[in-house]
Amino acid sequence: MIVELGHFALILALAVALVQGIVPMVGAHRRDPALMEVARTAALAQFMLIALSFGSLMYAHATSDFSVANVVANSHSSKPMLYKLAGTWGNHEGSMLLWVLILTIFGAAVAAFGVNLPQALRARVLAVQSWIAIAFYLFIILTSNPFARMIPAPLDGAGLNPLLQDPGLAFHPPFLYLGYVGFSMAFSFAIAALIEGRVDAAWARWVRPWTLAAWMFLTVGITLGSWWAYYELGWGGWWFWDPVENASLMPWLAGTALLHSASVVEKRDALKGWTIFLAIVTFGLSLLGTFLVRSGVLTSVHAFAVDPARGVFILGLLVVIIGGSLALFAWRGPSLRGGGLFQPVSREGALLLNNLLLATAAASVLLGTLYPLMLEAVCGDKVSVGPPFFNSVFIPLMAPLVAAMAVGPLLAWKRADLAAALSRLWLAALCTLAAILTVWLVHGLRDLVGIVGMAMAAWLFTGTLSELAARARLFTVPLGESARRLANLPRATWGMSLAHAGLAVAIAGMTGAGVWKQESVQLMTPGQTLSFASYEITLDAVRPVAGPNYEATRAAFTLGRDGRKLATMAPEKRFYPVEGRQTTEAAIRTTVSGDVYLVIGDRQGDGGYVTRFYFNPLVAWIWAGAALMVAGGLLSLSDRRHRVGAPARKAARGAAGVTPVGTAGARS
Amino acid sequence: MSRLLFFIPLAIFLVLAGYFWVGLGKDPHEIPSVLIDQPVPAFDLPPVEGRDRGLASADLRGEVSLLNVFGSWCVACVVEHPFLMEIKADGLVPIHGIDWREKDRTAGPAWLARRGNPYTLIGDDPDSRAAIGLGVTGAPETFIIDRNGVIRYKHVGPITPENWETQLWPIIRALQRG
Repeated sequence: MIVELGHFALILALAVALVQGIVPMVGAHRRDPALMEVARTAALAQFMLIALSFGSLMYAHATSDFSVANVVANSHSSKPMLYKLAGTWGNHEGSMLLWVLILTIFGAAVAAFGVNLPQALRARVLAVQSWIAIAFYLFIILTSNPFARMIPAPLDGAGLNPLLQDPGLAFHPPFLYLGYVGFSMAFSFAIAALIEGRVDAAWARWVRPWTLAAWMFLTVGITLGSWWAYYELGWGGWWFWDPVENASLMPWLAGTALLHSASVVEKRDALKGWTIFLAIVTFGLSLLGTFLVRSGVLTSVHAFAVDPARGVFILGLLVVIIGGSLALFAWRGPSLRGGGLFQPVSREGALLLNNLLLATAAASVLLGTLYPLMLEAVCGDKVSVGPPFFNSVFIPLMAPLVAAMAVGPLLAWKRADLAAALSRLWLAALCTLAAILTVWLVHGLRDLVGIVGMAMAAWLFTGTLSELAARARLFTVPLGESARRLANLPRATWGMSLAHAGLAVAIAGMTGAGVWKQESVQLMTPGQTLSFASYEITLDAVRPVAGPNYEATRAAFTLGRDGRKLATMAPEKRFYPVEGRQTTEAAIRTTVSGDVYLVIGDRQGDGGYVTRFYFNPLVAWIWAGAALMVAGGLLSLSDRRHRVGAPARKAARGAAGVTPVGTAGARS
Repeated sequence: MSRLLFFIPLAIFLVLAGYFWVGLGKDPHEIPSVLIDQPVPAFDLPPVEGRDRGLASADLRGEVSLLNVFGSWCVACVVEHPFLMEIKADGLVPIHGIDWREKDRTAGPAWLARRGNPYTLIGDDPDSRAAIGLGVTGAPETFIIDRNGVIRYKHVGPITPENWETQLWPIIRALQRG
């Protein structure tokens, strides 16, 4: 009964979405406030209906209702409750329902908190949102019904892929979707602006917080996914350039570009057409991300739905949404003339360079991901494009991007003095040189990538600090005055510095883990001690243990250094009988300098076990860097300039004598 | 001219969409087999634990049959299994099995004892002796073998009612009649 209610609520939401997609648009055209107001009520109604729908599916999973096909296919009564709940979205149908749930949450947020938006813009934005919703509702109802019953009901379910039974992965899809779907806000604003034919600073001020929030969620989602791959797949790696990973990286790159170009629109009234284009592309890539994972167009280690009928539907959906909006862009885009002119050497110039590099990076990831598909379509060959391609394309693009990132924030808007900006970075240059020399002395010249990576990290980190120091006029004014200046910096500025510093930390981690990783595979018998990296590792014993829904072989290792015992580590190899699958649970000991990562493998005939040791330097820095980036985003989001009606306060702060480098016109 | 610039993204997208369209029409798991219309490569597999007859390539002559590669470790085989049981129950075509890459000799028979046995003959192939000859890339894989022991079709992935009706069954019927 509850399941049928959920199904019914979903269909009702489609009906509401049809109203919301048409009536407010007509209202905005006719300037009829009553018709435009329909958007808000309808958006709230859609949210409530989808929440009910999603809740009923979750209820079916929580209570293990095996008369529902979706529960049978993805759940089992012995599964822990957390994974029963997470199982709601750990499958194709449920994850699509989560997608629209998040879409309606964003729609309801605009309806509830968008009180200061111009009414016509709000009506159009919500109508465009609703078009997206309609497409997805149809997709779910027609091709992926999560509420289908299975009669007669089997006694128990098939279980959830044990690799997915993990806290990291339980929360990975919701965050990823919050990011993907969050970019739909920027998209809807872009389409509404194209229909209205107007893009201005107020528009950009509205788009930025939504984009920033989506970007943060996507950052969290990608990091969780990467973290999961790191500790769960047992390969000791954290990024594999797998199509599904690339699918989430592309919107992140485009979204990062959008975040920066929107600030140019807000502050300087330039790059309007480009920003609109980026908004369309970012959401388009988010849809493509959903498409690539869901349709099976690309073969990938974790594409878990292979169904051409769905693929054709999603392709149609993509063509209508992206093709339609790009056609609208081609038609209305040329009329968006920017007002702000700028010199190549200026804040705008630096942001444009950032945008071009990020867009190129996104395009090359897209090319690498789709190339096998195209080649197959043309000549029928099956190939796969691997890490060597991505590394050799990505690193040369990131190096100039990072080099410019430290300089950009020091440049003034409109026209800047590059020499003056560079002269403030002498300390950063010195630190970079020191980093290069250190790496060179320790590891020699053969790890060129290592030298470049560490130089990038050092330059960006110290450059970001230098920029903060410059804003505080550190050492040119008394320390107390500097501290006061820092305290008075807008939160958005702190957010930017934090995010940039976070990227520097993450780059250091990626370089360390990528270049100086050590690994060894060997056969060990209990009692045996081996030395590895700077450690001695003893295999003490191997025992069978029983988990709630699995049986495991657990090894006990003692990790020591110079005869001193540091830790005991217990990697497992688990077998899930319901699903008939094995998983590897690595034992990981994290320190600032690197992770010791142990894996227990199969038993060999003579009583020995295959063991794999990895030493992954600086891996924790990747997660810490990502956390800093997200913290920067949060801080920036809490800036009152991003809040409703805030621009009025800008004048007041200017009068207080604080002229942050970031505000328009303050320094020119 | 600058107006044309705004059409470039649309044009690129449409080309991409065209490629997707072509890509969708193809089964991502379809790998052409060079063995089609070739005789089954010779093999002679021992029986699995608890049975006294194994499976040899010579057993595949005389009538149209299916050769199904499975393993107790294989999740997709669990998905496919109930449908194989239906084929057996309906007596449509005999199915022979290759129990592939079992780490433990008892695992395959235990799996069959638990779920039911759709196979007429089963060969045990722990070290891929027959599987390599057949060019098996994963389990499950199913070959349609004609009366003369010639491979006529190779299906990668689980057999479902849908691909059974559209792909496998028409071929089998034609071979059984001809």
